[in-house]
Amino acid sequence: MIVYTIKRIFVAFLILLVVSGLTFSLSHLSADPALTIAGEQASDEDIEAVRKLYGFDKPVVEQYFNWLSSALQGDLGKSYHYKAPVVEMISGRIGTTMTLGFLAILFALVVSIPLGTIAAMRPNSIIDRFALLLAVFGQALPTFWFALMMIILFGVWLRWLPISGNTSWAHFVMPTIALGYYATPALMRLTRAGMIEVLSSDYIRTAKAKGLLPVSVLFKHALRNAIIPVVALAAVWFGFMLGGSIVIETIFNLKGIGWLSYDALLRSDLPVVQAIVLIFASFYVILTLFADLLNAYLDPRISVR
Amino acid sequence: MIYNLGKKLLSALTVTLITSSFAHASPEDNSLVIAWGSTGPIEHVDNYVNTNRTGIWFSRMVWDQLIYREPKTFEYKPLLAKSWKALSDTVWQFELRQGVKFHNGEAFDADDVVYTLNWISNPKNGVKVQRNVNWIKEARKVGPYTVDVEMKRPFPQAFEFLSGPITIYPNEYYAKVGPDGMHKAPVGTGPMKVVSIKTAEEYVFEKNKGYTWGSPKGEAQVDKMVVREIADVQTQIAELLAGGIDITADISADHVTQIGGVSGFTALQAGTMRTGYIGFDAAGRGNHEPVTKLKVRQAMAHAIDRKSLVKNLIRGDAGVIHTPCFPTQFGCDVNAAVKYEFDQGKAKKLLAEAGYPNGFDIDFYTFRPADWAEAVMGDLAKVGIKAKLTKMPYFALRDKQRKEGTTPMFLMDWGSYSMNDMSAITSHFFKKGPDDFALDDDVANWLEAGDTNSDASVRKANYAKAIKKITGQVYWLPMFNHVRNYGYRKELKFIPYQDEIPRFWQYGWK
Repeated sequence: MIVYTIKRIFVAFLILLVVSGLTFSLSHLSADPALTIAGEQASDEDIEAVRKLYGFDKPVVEQYFNWLSSALQGDLGKSYHYKAPVVEMISGRIGTTMTLGFLAILFALVVSIPLGTIAAMRPNSIIDRFALLLAVFGQALPTFWFALMMIILFGVWLRWLPISGNTSWAHFVMPTIALGYYATPALMRLTRAGMIEVLSSDYIRTAKAKGLLPVSVLFKHALRNAIIPVVALAAVWFGFMLGGSIVIETIFNLKGIGWLSYDALLRSDLPVVQAIVLIFASFYVILTLFADLLNAYLDPRISVR
Repeated sequence: MIYNLGKKLLSALTVTLITSSFAHASPEDNSLVIAWGSTGPIEHVDNYVNTNRTGIWFSRMVWDQLIYREPKTFEYKPLLAKSWKALSDTVWQFELRQGVKFHNGEAFDADDVVYTLNWISNPKNGVKVQRNVNWIKEARKVGPYTVDVEMKRPFPQAFEFLSGPITIYPNEYYAKVGPDGMHKAPVGTGPMKVVSIKTAEEYVFEKNKGYTWGSPKGEAQVDKMVVREIADVQTQIAELLAGGIDITADISADHVTQIGGVSGFTALQAGTMRTGYIGFDAAGRGNHEPVTKLKVRQAMAHAIDRKSLVKNLIRGDAGVIHTPCFPTQFGCDVNAAVKYEFDQGKAKKLLAEAGYPNGFDIDFYTFRPADWAEAVMGDLAKVGIKAKLTKMPYFALRDKQRKEGTTPMFLMDWGSYSMNDMSAITSHFFKKGPDDFALDDDVANWLEAGDTNSDASVRKANYAKAIKKITGQVYWLPMFNHVRNYGYRKELKFIPYQDEIPRFWQYGWK
């Protein structure tokens, strides 16, 4: 298990290094940062001066290692556009994205676990079909469309919920549902499959034969075992939601990291783009690492392989 | 008990939801909420750090210039300067207005003007858009309310800058806080005072009650104003319809029709001086053979039905333009332009004469809506020219043009930074700078002569020659002036201007 853990941590670091290198080189290939900083009225001389001032005239590899060395010391550079330290910009906005991601995954779990459990208890029943229908809708509906439909219904027609901004908890209701609904099908299907498997196992039959209450069998014996892979998957989905909040934050004008990354991409604000990709990748890698280690702990055969 | 608790919770929830959804501005409390920012947030509110066009609305609210350019007639009027006179070809003397105060109570006088102009013209202070300030040699205090401004050379466009991007700062405050302090707590003499700033989110203003000294800009019409930066246009529209905001801009032509059809709302398409054009790599910077031939460019000019494009796609106050500048701009002589009527028979004949009787394939670039470019492609296809469209973000396209030169044909536009002088557009593109794809010595020389002579008739004569050659050689095919689309509440008094500068303080309730 220790060797497996060390191996996984090493691979995680390697992934982050590759991601940072790729992001850096691709973003520098996609646009000339000197041109972006100098603005559209700039002459060739102005652009050249900016290139020199920011060190863009140096080889890309050298620029990358300079950036990496600063990043490892916690300095992610300054935004070309806002002229503010990237760390400050991200720390000021990460709360919104984390709140949204957390609420969305909570919503997904609250919907998917009971639904998956009920569907597993009555396979092929109307409830199961209904759960399947919800899952199909959840996967088929584009998030942005679902978000806009909610805005029209609850924001414009009924006027129950605020449409944009993040000044109150009510502002998070629609974004949470829009983002969380996307994760619900996968979690629900996994809960259902796990519960069907567990409910047909010998120890459940034994528990029933011992005369335990059905509620106790369901929650204490069946769900507790079936839910473990769901929790691992939810951890990965949480990472995905932090990255996937770009669209939702833009639509609901939430101004978290998702919105910031969209804005930075639009204006080739490379230090911000690099930092956000690195942070999202880190979340993903850490959560995947956590899921891998959890699985290995629960099923020791994984670490032996 | 549980039922009662549930009832109470539901009641609290309903009240919160209703109040939060209706907590917006209204004529009743004389406040206004504006959604702006689909073109991106203001990067830095200090006028001399910001390079983004979006920052213009902010600077006009908070600060004043020496001179006021009347937005409808483009006539220059006194603002912080009550009069002016030329002492020589390169020196202007300004008599300043007395009794004006900055928002922090600092009195306005010659020291503020001298400090601001000398600070911005010093390259060491790093003003981002050097073009706005690098013509100033020095400002000198002559008296408590008299200032001489010396230019490095005769600079006939000076008043465009002094009535536009050059705003006057309070010397003592700015010396103390610098650009970052001004960004956090801006202080000016303008019609609105800043209450709070949340970068890229929200700007709150209140009326400057001391703005009663007879400024031609006029006093603010509302007591309180919130400008929200909402990136997504759909969200802006939803907020407008739900009552969360009172006005939105940058909506599409289709949205104008839709919003205009909703009771209680008005939508309009107001013409601007932003000039759309098709540029050609006529100088062969990227070795694109067909477009280096004059007859090919002439054929393309005849093949494109600009009138139909304007009528069906751009709509509103847009119109076909024949000059490489906007007709209201100084020197933009419409009569000097060579005009190309829509005649596809003539286009085919010219193509055959150029050696392309069956047309050719060409790469076509734009950052604007694809349907505009597709309409052009449809017309070109009818004469045998098969254009392949690539749509790119603005900066990426400009980068490709400047560095690689691999854009034989491109549909783009230029807003002239709202300057009513053709040097702001034609000289930018045809004086052998990085965006010049004609590289014509004659044109560059005429434009230089026009840009640097203080005699208006000499300027006009040189500019007319440049226009004639640019259009005669079809270095550009000028297309149309753009429109800006607005949607707003019917009770709102809203005034759009051609220079695309929103003057929010003039908006009020009927």
